[in-house]
Amino acid sequence: MARQIGDVIVDLQNISLRFGGVKALTDISFNVREHEIRSIIGPNGAGKSSMLNVINGVYHPQEGQIFFKGALRKKMEPHEAAEQGIARTFQNIALFKGMTVLDNIMTGRNLKMKCNFLQHALYWGAAQKEEIAHRIKVEEVIEFLEIQDIRKTPVGRLPYGLQKRVELARALAAEPHILLLDEPMAGMNVEEKQDMCRFILDVNDHYGTTIVLIEHDMGVVMDISDRVVVLDYGKKIGDGEPDEVKNNPDVIKAYLGTTH
Amino acid sequence: MLYREAGQFKATYAEDSQIFPIRQDRIGFWVLMLVFGVAVPLLTNEYWLKAILIPVLIFSLAAIGLNILTGYAGQLSLGSAAFMAVGAFAAYNFILRIEGMPFLVALVLAGVTAALVGILFGLPSLRIKGFYLAVATLAAQFFIVWALVKFPWFSNNSSSGVVTAQDVTILGYTFSTPEAKYVLTFLIVAFMALLAKNMVRSSTGRAWMAVRDMDVAAQVIGFRLMRTKLLAFAVSSFYCGVAGALYAYTYIGTVEPEGFNLDLSFKILFMIIIGGVGSIMGSFLGAAFIVLLPIFLDNFVPMIFGDALGAGFVSNFQLIVFGGLIIFFLIVEPHGLARLWQIAKEKLRLWPFPH
Ligand SMILES: Nc1ncnc2c1ncn2[C@@H]1O[C@H](COP(=O)(O)OP(=O)(O)OP(=O)(O)O)[C@@H](O)[C@H]1O
Ligand SMILES: [Mg+2]
Repeated sequence: MARQIGDVIVDLQNISLRFGGVKALTDISFNVREHEIRSIIGPNGAGKSSMLNVINGVYHPQEGQIFFKGALRKKMEPHEAAEQGIARTFQNIALFKGMTVLDNIMTGRNLKMKCNFLQHALYWGAAQKEEIAHRIKVEEVIEFLEIQDIRKTPVGRLPYGLQKRVELARALAAEPHILLLDEPMAGMNVEEKQDMCRFILDVNDHYGTTIVLIEHDMGVVMDISDRVVVLDYGKKIGDGEPDEVKNNPDVIKAYLGTTH
Repeated sequence: MLYREAGQFKATYAEDSQIFPIRQDRIGFWVLMLVFGVAVPLLTNEYWLKAILIPVLIFSLAAIGLNILTGYAGQLSLGSAAFMAVGAFAAYNFILRIEGMPFLVALVLAGVTAALVGILFGLPSLRIKGFYLAVATLAAQFFIVWALVKFPWFSNNSSSGVVTAQDVTILGYTFSTPEAKYVLTFLIVAFMALLAKNMVRSSTGRAWMAVRDMDVAAQVIGFRLMRTKLLAFAVSSFYCGVAGALYAYTYIGTVEPEGFNLDLSFKILFMIIIGGVGSIMGSFLGAAFIVLLPIFLDNFVPMIFGDALGAGFVSNFQLIVFGGLIIFFLIVEPHGLARLWQIAKEKLRLWPFPH
């Protein structure tokens, strides 16, 4: 209700990204505003995931500039993006397979934990206090995402839908300003999708988290997005509010026309 | 019904994150500590202490070291024995060259020296993984042993690098009997195992495991790859270094660089494979298993087959059994004896009513 879309927080200008001869992104400009839900859509191989990887420093574009909170961003490593408050989930689940749900989510808070390994070794005083303080935060996330009963389960044993949810939990544990979600509902049934939609909207609403979402389900995208950018073969072919995009003839031709 | 957690509710997160959250495990642990800390040195004979218990403890410590690096941080290493050698020779030189050097300080310094060497040889891990990294650590293994033989300074100019450990004296008390040496080793190993357990159950350990399981995701979450990997090399080598120093000072007494050869590195690797990759308890189980198995086979095989097979057969038979076990654990139970123990406990939890 009271959610106010703010200023531009990430501004991408003329981004081009190549892998050898493959042009993943060609001269793309678009921005993300604070507190909005910004979706990226497009057919397979359009460059959507690459776009997210550019935003959080996994890929470095050959051309173009990225402004973050108004300042030109220098070449940035992923952990630096994390320090700036950017968290994400992956298209192919990237959980830490050998760890429990709880430990996976605890890793999300690593940047907020200040004790060093010697303090950890003694596990006394500050280190123990810190561990418990962060455990409390993590439990809030666990409760929010309704995964209390699996907290001690190794993530490898969970079904796909729950793994996606745990990955979201890990990202949320970092209390990010910007949350990048790469197909968070892929492979889910209707009920799981509904839950996931609710969580995304709640996060956006309660914490004001800016969300960049990649999603193939048009119903979901048109429903929950504030603005949508459309990519095709690494080029931007549409950008605007859901209704605008839906009626954009290029988009209909290139995307909606071919896949539906 | 004896092994049940029913009725034991965790009221706080502190209780929930204890090393042994189940009361029976806690009791069992303290019983074990009393048995091995007090009863064993009082009741066993010199052979058991010198040939079995002390080496099991020392190898457990080295296995914990390797487990931190390989089991938790996912960086394969074939150089554990070399880092033990660094620790042994560093302790020797610190005690030899610094007047009045307390033994425990020398032990810590030996570990720190090994840690620094470990960081140096860990640098390749920033660029290479898996098999290639194993080859790089193999280079460390050969280079370190070579250097210790090549430069006589390390062994105070003794021939072929053989050194004899000085007396172990702490606060005026000299640890000369096997019982005394055992108790000292036990206390040091138990304390260091506790520190290791604490590290792996807190943020440091989660960083290691995150890098092991998925390094891109670990970075995206904010872990620094370089720092995390090098810390694993440092801590791991520290443990191996202290184990090496104890090997010289409370176990063998006289050591040479060649004693810390590739065979020993493999032995430690087998300990963690059989005991459990990524488990502190598994490091103890693996070490005990690998020390006890040959002794068991030495006595057992001739008992069954008599002398007919000859002495050569027994040692070959050992290798066959080792090989078979390694293959079994790698394929069937990569988490080793520690995991088998856990499964047994899970069964016991339900027993006698499995539903
Ligand atoms: N690391 C990489 N190395 C080489 N090529 C890559 C790499 N990452 C992406 N590409 C290529 O860039 C193009 C865009 O890929 P990207 O994964 O961004 O598409 P996408 O829109 O996310 O597709 P999908 O809907 O299938 O997830 C593809 O042609 C892909 O093969
Ligand atoms: Mg993709």
